[in-house]
Amino acid sequence: MSDESILSDEFVSQLTAVSEVDIVVGVPTFNNRATVERVINAILVGLVKYYFRQRSVVINPDGGSNDGTVEAVQGASVPDFRTVLAANPLRTMHVVSGPYPGVRGQGGAVRMILAAADLLGAKACALVSPDLQSITPEWIEALIRPILKEQFDFVGPIYERRRFDGLLVKNMLHPLIRAAYGYRIEEPVGTELAFSGSLARHFLDQDSGQEDFLRFGAYAWLTTTAMAGGYKVCQSFLGPRVEAPRRPGIDLTTAIQEIGGAVFHCMELHEPYWTSREGSQSVPTFGFEPIVDLDPARVDRKRMFHMFKSGVDELGSVLEKILSPSALQGIREISKLEESHFRFPDELWAKTVYEFASSYHRSVINRDHLMQALAPLYRGRVSSFIQENLRAGAREVESKLESLRLECERLKPYLIETWRKHT
Amino acid sequence: MKELVIRTVSEALRNVSESAARILPRLLAMVIIFVAGWAVAWLVEVILRRLLVLVRVNKLFEAKGLTQLLTRAALPSPADIISRMAFWVVWISFMLVGVNALGVLVLQQEIASLVALLPQFIVALLILFFGFLAANFLSRAVLLAAVNANSPSPRLFSSFVRFLVLLLTVTMALERIRLGRGVVLVAFAISFGGIMMGLAIAFGLGGRNVARRILERRFAGGREAKEDEDKDETGSHL
Repeated sequence: MSDESILSDEFVSQLTAVSEVDIVVGVPTFNNRATVERVINAILVGLVKYYFRQRSVVINPDGGSNDGTVEAVQGASVPDFRTVLAANPLRTMHVVSGPYPGVRGQGGAVRMILAAADLLGAKACALVSPDLQSITPEWIEALIRPILKEQFDFVGPIYERRRFDGLLVKNMLHPLIRAAYGYRIEEPVGTELAFSGSLARHFLDQDSGQEDFLRFGAYAWLTTTAMAGGYKVCQSFLGPRVEAPRRPGIDLTTAIQEIGGAVFHCMELHEPYWTSREGSQSVPTFGFEPIVDLDPARVDRKRMFHMFKSGVDELGSVLEKILSPSALQGIREISKLEESHFRFPDELWAKTVYEFASSYHRSVINRDHLMQALAPLYRGRVSSFIQENLRAGAREVESKLESLRLECERLKPYLIETWRKHT
Repeated sequence: MKELVIRTVSEALRNVSESAARILPRLLAMVIIFVAGWAVAWLVEVILRRLLVLVRVNKLFEAKGLTQLLTRAALPSPADIISRMAFWVVWISFMLVGVNALGVLVLQQEIASLVALLPQFIVALLILFFGFLAANFLSRAVLLAAVNANSPSPRLFSSFVRFLVLLLTVTMALERIRLGRGVVLVAFAISFGGIMMGLAIAFGLGGRNVARRILERRFAGGREAKEDEDKDETGSHL
């Protein structure tokens, strides 16, 4: 990932004016005018309130916004320092914006923030999404404190989620990454995270493989690279994560293709690490965990079930290339069940995900096609999960998810076996 | 009369035996060249395959993504393909020499025109190969997109795309080796035009309500509703 030309001359001269800092907060943007000012304000208040002794800078790599995002970032300021903390020594708050190189996406922006953090000799660096509505100054404290005060290298987020929210993370990405990498990290693709200066340099020294995978997979890559590098990993409660209503975002199939594919790609990069690791370890957690049973997120279970059934019927020739005969047989059998009796068992789902990961590794068909073929099966799993937990409380849902995670851990030898087949 | 018949028959027999005496050694030479050619080709194939395996040509092609491409098209490994091709090139060359040894003028002319067509034939084979790959890739892409968009009859869409790509490929390949040039082009134009017109009529008559809904949703205020729908699918998953 290291590249001398990541930062433009103009951007470097802006950073030179800032000089050395202790904290870098990166906010990558692309047409986020509606929300970015509030996000930057929250960050500035957080820095002033909790880290007034440290020198800090907000870095804003922009993907070519044409709605005045950069102007909104530059115009953001702490409304009134006295309302924050009257005793604060007033430091100059630097906000540096600049276009990032390469294609639009997470990768170029993250790379620019890493290079800036390295150049400025930052001790801690946090990444924050620009379209958050629920961010508070406390998020900055929660992300930075474990690094500056507790000497951790990587801080992942824990969000307060509604029931049936984050289904892809809960049903696939979290169990898979926990089983493979051996860390019980709640949000392996969370977009709010922080890392130490030494880890930032480690990220810059790594080769991320294909350039385009970082477009959507940068956060998965950061998290898994920190774990695979043996760095001290922890997580912090941030609270509910509410995003602004977006422009047409990526649909479910694209999300599975890009983010699921990015996780499989990370597994390829870190194969020597995860294939030699057994079991999982808990991750130190900071902050206060609220036990609130929020209203469930709205998901059309019936539509998901019917799309699963038709997907299994129509995609037989594609699935035959990806799945083992026994797994495909199992999926065909459950696809014949009535909706009210439909269940996608944990073991079958775990094996399905593992066989997809292995087939991705072996490139049995085009990788984008392979990930798209996973979407109908994921819909089946989600439909079954919602059906099983319709009347369950938050704790019961969590207990069922823990069963899935344990099942994935139990089947890790199966993952390694299928992964190594024919390679 | 009797003498004339005997003379004619003996002359005919003499002619036949002379012709046989002239042709048989050439025929024998041709068979020997065929057999020797097969042996040489087989030897070349075996040696070349071992050599390619020794220099790990499969690994080399794997790094370039070609091995996966061949696997996806259900074709053998690069080492197998190269050695097999060498076999056929060597043997066909021997066969052409053998047929040439017969000394039949018409055959020699046909062989000359065949040899002249060989480069075009190889190009046509390449067109077919890549056309086959493209047809597979595109039909699968359409199948997956249709399934994930919850469209009716995804396999019909997919087969239709495969048929169109293969039709185009075969037409291009035949055009390349100048086989029934006019007929193929006209047949392709009629088939393609017919399919497109059929589709246009079918969509116009059968799908006018769907088309209206799509256009309304796209241009007349339905956009927000569609965006909300998309967000529901994604927002609760990540």
